[in-house]
Amino acid sequence: MTKNILLVGVGGQGTILASKILTLGLQKANYDVKMSEIHGMSQRGGSVTSHIRYSEDKVYSPVIELGQADVIVAFEKMEALRYLDYLKKGGKVFVNNFEIPGMPITSGQAEYPKGIIEELRKVADTTVIEADLEAEKIGNPKVMNMILLGTIIGSMKLDHIDWDTILSENVKPQFVELNKAAIRRGIELSK
Amino acid sequence: MSKQQLMTGNEAIARGVYEAGVRFAAAYPGTPSTEILENIASYKEISAQWSPNEKVALEVAYGASIGGARSFASMKHVGLNVAADPFFTIAYTGGNAGLVVVTADEPGQHSSQNEQDNRNYARHAKVPMLEPSDSTECKNMTKFAFELSEKYETPVLIRVTTRVCHSKSLVSLEERQDKPIVPYVKNAAKYVCVPANARVRRAEVEKRLDALKEYSENCEWNVIEDNGSGIGVIASGMAINYAKEVFGKDADYLKLGFTFPLPLKKIESFVKKHSKVYVIEENDEYIEDAVKMAGGRDVCFGKYAPDGSRFLPAFGELTSDVIRRVVTGKAVPAASFDRSKVIGRPPALCAGCPHRGFFFELGKRKDVIVSGDIGCYTLGFASPYNAMDCNCCMGASVSGANGIQKALDMVEGNTKRVIGVLGDSTFFHSGMTSLLDIVYNKGNAITVILDNRITGMTGHQQNPGTGFTAQGEETTVVDIEGIVKALGIKNIRIIDPNDLKLVRETLDWAISLKEPSVIITRYPCVLKKMSYYDKNEWPDAYKNKCKVDTDKCIGCKACLRSGCPAISVKDKKAVIDGTMCVGCTVCKQICPKAAIN
Repeated sequence: MTKNILLVGVGGQGTILASKILTLGLQKANYDVKMSEIHGMSQRGGSVTSHIRYSEDKVYSPVIELGQADVIVAFEKMEALRYLDYLKKGGKVFVNNFEIPGMPITSGQAEYPKGIIEELRKVADTTVIEADLEAEKIGNPKVMNMILLGTIIGSMKLDHIDWDTILSENVKPQFVELNKAAIRRGIELSK
Repeated sequence: MSKQQLMTGNEAIARGVYEAGVRFAAAYPGTPSTEILENIASYKEISAQWSPNEKVALEVAYGASIGGARSFASMKHVGLNVAADPFFTIAYTGGNAGLVVVTADEPGQHSSQNEQDNRNYARHAKVPMLEPSDSTECKNMTKFAFELSEKYETPVLIRVTTRVCHSKSLVSLEERQDKPIVPYVKNAAKYVCVPANARVRRAEVEKRLDALKEYSENCEWNVIEDNGSGIGVIASGMAINYAKEVFGKDADYLKLGFTFPLPLKKIESFVKKHSKVYVIEENDEYIEDAVKMAGGRDVCFGKYAPDGSRFLPAFGELTSDVIRRVVTGKAVPAASFDRSKVIGRPPALCAGCPHRGFFFELGKRKDVIVSGDIGCYTLGFASPYNAMDCNCCMGASVSGANGIQKALDMVEGNTKRVIGVLGDSTFFHSGMTSLLDIVYNKGNAITVILDNRITGMTGHQQNPGTGFTAQGEETTVVDIEGIVKALGIKNIRIIDPNDLKLVRETLDWAISLKEPSVIITRYPCVLKKMSYYDKNEWPDAYKNKCKVDTDKCIGCKACLRSGCPAISVKDKKAVIDGTMCVGCTVCKQICPKAAIN
């Protein structure tokens, strides 16, 4: 059975590193893995998505179908809502309680919408993660992405994979311990 | 077992180039193809270069092939338009050592100005074509393409799409083949394309195509998967993966990887065995036309149904959900939530972008038409600047401005002035000849070269102006002002685009002239890793931050007109996000109350 994970966020939030670590772990666990990213103009504050699909059998398409994501992890609050049509019935949403206003909002043409979490809850099993506060507790705001990765690992029951080794192979030595702690915290928060 | 690695399609093509023993590669950056050459450049065994444009990239690769090195060129779909001239004639001559060209198409236009299907180029130029569907095939087909190129004395086209380029799957790594330089032997009858020679080669091309047609019928890339079904699916590239998700084991498949020339006999026999045949392909009905030609008109469901009505969408990506919706007639029910809570997130110029100051001033002008170009600065069209009237393709800003100005001036008493705006890399790509045209044909348009010292939009590739090659070697720093002078422009000013007063005065100056002028705005991209040239010229760049003096701020929102993502207004006071601000001071210069320091 193919599992589908959708990571969404805003350019610069570290979704690409999180999805890279995730796919490497899934590969190590001998799953067939396909991953697809759209990041064309995202360097300029656009919306970014990573589709990750894995299975014990062959995975063909790297792109998740609408209504098929087992879990959506949103690094930014409004992005969760933007891609909610991808969530399957009974799927889970982990949403970072973190706002990045886009240009229409900073320029005063629109306001950052209120009540997003309530909207998500109407449709989906939603867990709110205060990833920025949690990251500060761990000691570096930049590990927000690894906390959110931890929530995927926890909710998809992937904790048996040796994430520590993958981190040590893909993250600068001085940040390995920090990232390990962040993933552990994310796993706890997902439960 | 050999070592396996998760790779994007682009990384896998680069790996294939390496393993095939390629010695020379050239490209011009363009989404979604850019990372192919970036990855090739990391192999020290290969001489890899960013060329000024795709035509040059293909020609220099062709030259290297004549010289005896296995050679490679890659580009985005519209890049092959630029390189089409050599492409069509190289098809006649072939090279000496293998020559392979990659075109990266963009169904869905994630980052492009059009959605052209470059499979048509293979048929048009009579060049054999391969279409990989995943990273493993990207690597294997690239290696195979070089064998094919040498065996049939032809360039080979590999067509990929965004999802093939930017998706990851597992690839087995192999050793690099040793491919020594093939000795060059003079052969004017082959390489000198005068009509007498080219007519002979034209006949050779047909012979080659006949041989390739036979090859296509039996090759390992065009395969049938028989699941004992009455329904058949024919697809190529990423579309075969989308189709397999939808039809699973309930259909037979004809998977096409070698797609020019198509295996018509194989298609015909596959069609005959099935009562219904779905043709799944993104962009044009390229395979569908062949299926209909091979007797499938009455059973074929592709872009059109047998009765001629629309079946699959004409454009956009044909992801599994799109196919499923059309084939089953059932859409996934949309989740019910308040969609007004989702506000758009359009791309914007970065905080500190040196284009901001220029477009802020340009957008205030009512007496000008702005002809734009391809790059980050295309965002000058958007709110709050609204400072662009048109854009088309690389270099067209300058030539387009020339034409618009000429037409406007046909009306007596015209006072409207036309400004062509393009970046440094785009100027090198195809702006230079357009500027030459202005000078030679007595045009009067204004040209602005936004020189941010790098190729920005595609993620910071070196270009002739930066002083470094694709492989990080030092090279001549090409002087834009020197080129502009040499082309015959007499009125040139180089300015700091963050100085709004200076931008204003310089625009006034250019507009007042009765002859063509060039303004060069010179300041490094905020995201650029500064070279020592940059550090020397701009020692203080991006080292400061602006702050709002809340006592002085009256909440007038004038600063929001800068369009800077770092600035917003909360509780009637401007707020600058200290993590984003780099102190360009554009907002400070706009503020009427001197409330920003």
